Amino acid sequence: MIYHTINNRSQAVALADIPQVEYAALYADLQERLADERYHVAHYFARAEGGVLRFYLILLDDVEHTIMLSSFAMEYYDDVALPSLTALHPALHPFEREIAELYGVRFGSMPWLKPLRFSSEGVKRGTTIDSYPFYTIEGDSLHEVNVGPIHAGIIEPGAFRFICNGEHVLHLEIALGYQHRGVEREFAATTNRLRQTLLAESIAGDSAVSHAVAYAMTVEKLAGVGVSEALSVERQIALELERMAMHIADTGALCMDVGYQLGQVACEALRTMTINTTQAWCGNRFGKGLIRAAGSHFPLTEAKRAMVRRNVSEIAHRYNEVREDIKSSPTLLARFEQCGVVPRAEMAKIGGVGMAARASGVHRDIRSSHPYLLFGEELAHESIVKRQGDVMARLMMRCREVLQSADYILQLLERCSGEGSQSLPDYDMPLAADSLAVSLVEGWRGETCHVALTDAEGNIATYKVKDASLHNWLALALAVRGEGISDFPICNKSFNLSYCGHDL
Amino acid sequence: MIFPKIKVLLSHGRQNIPDLTQVELSEEFRGRPVLSASDDMTAVEAAAALCPTGAITTKPFTLDLGRCLFCGECARRAPQNIRFTNDYRLATTSREALVVKVGDDKIDFCPANVDKAKAKLFRSSLKLRQVSAGGDASIEMELNATGNVNFDFGRYGVEFTASPRHADGVVITGPISSAMAEPLKICYDAVAEPKYLFVCGSEACSGGLFAESKAVNREFLAGHSVDLWMPGAPTHPMTFIDGVMTLLGRKKRE
Repeated sequence: MIYHTINNRSQAVALADIPQVEYAALYADLQERLADERYHVAHYFARAEGGVLRFYLILLDDVEHTIMLSSFAMEYYDDVALPSLTALHPALHPFEREIAELYGVRFGSMPWLKPLRFSSEGVKRGTTIDSYPFYTIEGDSLHEVNVGPIHAGIIEPGAFRFICNGEHVLHLEIALGYQHRGVEREFAATTNRLRQTLLAESIAGDSAVSHAVAYAMTVEKLAGVGVSEALSVERQIALELERMAMHIADTGALCMDVGYQLGQVACEALRTMTINTTQAWCGNRFGKGLIRAAGSHFPLTEAKRAMVRRNVSEIAHRYNEVREDIKSSPTLLARFEQCGVVPRAEMAKIGGVGMAARASGVHRDIRSSHPYLLFGEELAHESIVKRQGDVMARLMMRCREVLQSADYILQLLERCSGEGSQSLPDYDMPLAADSLAVSLVEGWRGETCHVALTDAEGNIATYKVKDASLHNWLALALAVRGEGISDFPICNKSFNLSYCGHDL
Repeated sequence: MIFPKIKVLLSHGRQNIPDLTQVELSEEFRGRPVLSASDDMTAVEAAAALCPTGAITTKPFTLDLGRCLFCGECARRAPQNIRFTNDYRLATTSREALVVKVGDDKIDFCPANVDKAKAKLFRSSLKLRQVSAGGDASIEMELNATGNVNFDFGRYGVEFTASPRHADGVVITGPISSAMAEPLKICYDAVAEPKYLFVCGSEACSGGLFAESKAVNREFLAGHSVDLWMPGAPTHPMTFIDGVMTLLGRKKRE
């Protein structure tokens, strides 16, 4: 038994119940297991515990719908190199890079060990992001294009370096870390749960609801409390509203980047309508303030339900017209189709998640593989999966998901009654001591994973966050290989990854 | 094909807000708070203790919008003393004016701080360069929204540019992550004089949740004077539009 098995609805697990195994045993097991696509690693991190460095591995089994937990330890000052798992399964690269950056752990034969985000907690304090070791290729016919950290539009910072042969991109390397704010440390530094909730909402502001739901579920698991169906329904509606808003925004952004103004402005107006629906519900266009552990200040009353129903129906109807229009415009298809292709095999190999993975035919969807809230028996989710892996596939994925989410919202509204959820937020619930809780949520980008570990007093001592972007940035770098550099903007928008969600 | 486009156009209709000076936001929107004192201040003390960014002081009773993340929890704890209105007119030229006191019924714009000559120069055309320095993407999206089909701030000549060389000012979002401290300075220095410096979002105003984080470096603000403080989490497009229009003398704070 090298794993303790739970699922996405299980309560917290005592740290003592998580098997402590030898690294060699885990390595041997993962070597084989990860070759099978049904398994992938949701999180893998280390922390100082007593005199040792204890590593936690959270493995997901998509077929059995289970979460498998394991751990191993090494002496804090041990200077042995652990054989690298990234060398076998590249999908693990962000995790091993993070561990190496934070603790100076060496991974033997790890290909291309680079800093992940130049964390302020890292062991090599002397290095800065300015000295990022970009890959270079020698050659008279090649040139480099450096973009960032400040980009042309109103977006977050990150440094992109293209190596081009004429107009064609041979290689793109993305250096991140400019948005690093120390989110995880701030979680552990406070016992004020309202502060932790607001931290969760600011991990990635465009996914405020996804991260807040993941945080609330994690705390509720540690507290051992369940929530009412009414509250679950409201959370789920908020999540699907967020998915609609962002997918519509990205549809508009893609139209803008190919100079299609009608699609752009139609989507801008529809996004405004979607986020204004959220604002009329909870007072904030991004849903900040809506999701709280154990309760809510904003029950979905009958009047608000009518407002949501009316708006969502209209948005879905009008958005569908935009979708039909895009599909019937040859000039748009010429730009979107067969551009920025990430083949299925590559996407699977690098561990892509969420809608970008599904656009390449890799079926990663927490809503069906590790159901939470009402997904599963109450609301059977059928993932939309495409094969092409190009910009068009990612765009059509968004189009279909917007309509699907609208449909879910309308279904969920039927389940509401009376004046909505009645419980109030609770920031003082006692949490299980020396325990670990893990929550998975399918945000609009994909897999969102929060892990909390408590100390002997029941305070959160370690908090680990993973946004889908952590995996998918590499997919963007692969997508632009061989493309004209002028197609970079649409490739980038087709993923729309989070900088702050990656940099934390 | 033309027919699907006609359909989209017909459904789209007219979306722009006809008059940006006459906008009212949804009742639920949490904007400018109103404070009232009472004999028993224990509820306020509890709210102050819970406030995640320490925005509330009890003696004297104030609420600093430069720190406030508008979660509204304090108004739940002390409903007799704190109430959030839907007034989005939060921008001001003075950092001190963001501190709301008992009885305040508006945020003082402090027009005396406005450089009139500069405002006249940029009155009908102001191009801004935005720098995200740890902003969480929601505030960046709201700034983008100021130029979208609904708000269309471009009709007043206020737009965002790609290059600082083309800009008349810099808008900072985010608590200023250490890694962005240097790029921010380079960008600001690249803007020609005279220029504006705007700070957008409560996290940019004070550091917000990350005020104490060692991954944040706010030295830049210590050495430069800010022309406009715009709180919010994120700052609503109307807060930005109202602030800039008032600064340029195209609108008055009543």
